Amino acid sequence: MTAVGLKKTALHDRHRALGAKMTDFHGWDMPLYYTSILEEHRAVRDALGLFDVSHMGQVLVTGPDAEATLNQLVVSDITQVGILRACYTMMLNDQGGILDDLIIYRLGAEEFLVIVNCGTHDSDVAWLKARRLSRTTVTDVSEGRSILAVQGPLAARVLEHLLDAKVAGLGRFAIAPMRTMSADAGIARTGYTGGDGFELFLPDQHARRVWDSVLSQGASVGARPVGLGARDTLRIEAGLRLYGTDMDTSTTPWEAGLDWTVALNKPGFIGQEALRRQKQQGLSRHLVGFELTQGPVPRTGMPLYVADHPEPVGQVTSGTYSPILAKSLGMGYVQAAHARVGSTLTLLVRNLKHTATIVKMPFWRPGVAHPTLANPPSGQRSIESA
Amino acid sequence: MDVPPALFYTKTHEWAKREGAELVIGVTAHAQEELRDIVFIEVPAVGRQVKQGEPAAVIESVKAAFDIYAPVSGTITRSNQAVAKAPQAVNQDCYGQGWLFAIAPSQPEEASKLLSAEEYHKLIEQAAH
Repeated sequence: MTAVGLKKTALHDRHRALGAKMTDFHGWDMPLYYTSILEEHRAVRDALGLFDVSHMGQVLVTGPDAEATLNQLVVSDITQVGILRACYTMMLNDQGGILDDLIIYRLGAEEFLVIVNCGTHDSDVAWLKARRLSRTTVTDVSEGRSILAVQGPLAARVLEHLLDAKVAGLGRFAIAPMRTMSADAGIARTGYTGGDGFELFLPDQHARRVWDSVLSQGASVGARPVGLGARDTLRIEAGLRLYGTDMDTSTTPWEAGLDWTVALNKPGFIGQEALRRQKQQGLSRHLVGFELTQGPVPRTGMPLYVADHPEPVGQVTSGTYSPILAKSLGMGYVQAAHARVGSTLTLLVRNLKHTATIVKMPFWRPGVAHPTLANPPSGQRSIESA
Repeated sequence: MDVPPALFYTKTHEWAKREGAELVIGVTAHAQEELRDIVFIEVPAVGRQVKQGEPAAVIESVKAAFDIYAPVSGTITRSNQAVAKAPQAVNQDCYGQGWLFAIAPSQPEEASKLLSAEEYHKLIEQAAH
């Protein structure tokens, strides 16, 4: 059964056939998990995971003034993005509040593909159209097109075999057309897991074919479909913010710790003055990452305390359990005076205090051996040696 | 779905097993299947008095936290510290290693109102349709 009125991606019948537990995500009937969030999470870290992220919007911005249009609407300097390269950036309102975070792919001198979040899809398109310069066309091309994410250490190997394309040579944040498949198909080395991986932008009929072949060809190396549940746990582990949860119009890129995306001194962009002002005045709060070596999972909205302070000093925005690090992880906004790496926060859950430590994000990086993997807990070791 | 015939059940998906004067409590196979990725468990302190239907333990999955209710009133006589350390035991063996706590009932007549295996089986069958 599907709830009445929910939108479906072109892969919807695949998700149902795979027995996915479905969820309403901003009006889309999307897979939450197929078998288990934790198993799917591990598959992406160890082998390969296939995600249907076609709920995200695809918008083309084209024309002689396309670059200038985008450059006045986002915080990054789009003139510095080369052809067939991508950039993670954000659009702000006049107060410096974040309207959305975006990946912008430059397909040509006068052609850009903008990927928008599904919750802000319509408002982003309206914002772009209302503020475009004269010789600029904004076209929502999402209808009839899909986005597949193929993520994990084996992604390059499996896709190279499957697509007969030199995907292994594609640089991080680069995009390449796949003309043998379709005039408007592309593959980019981007993703939302913090590890290696690719995103494919395709007409629906090609997406169905690629979906089926990644799963069948990848099965022997442990490839599996991955739902939005593990997409969330993976992105938290990688310290990646989620729009609408870790940032929104009430937060600025400075507060969200996304300073590196901002080219403050480029020619005027919306929100620039507000960002300058906030930088001069100093910040009252910061988004921090924290971990609990034992205890419950931090949940969105939970207050954060410090010792000897009756009032909360912050609030959890995201939290999860990391099966790779064997810890609970969280992100939240904390008053500047208490937001130092290494300092301790208290999470009050069902009237019990649990200690969390502020750490530098990301929590997990590819290729870094983690102590919990190299040195399993003593209990586990004794079982193995028994 | 596994519903052992010798146990008693609640509408909120706990099971209860008579062991001498105690009732041992856990969650059913149906509940662990719904909860899926269990990552944290809080068990009650031994000696705590609980009323029937009161939250006595907590199971957290990756996505959310769930209360586990006392099927009968009484005193907590034991709680499973092993499951608090290794919460996956509930996913792997919910009727065995995954037990949560034991109660010495103070109102013995409450236990007679728990569901039989047959009644509980019907309940989850109906919920599935």
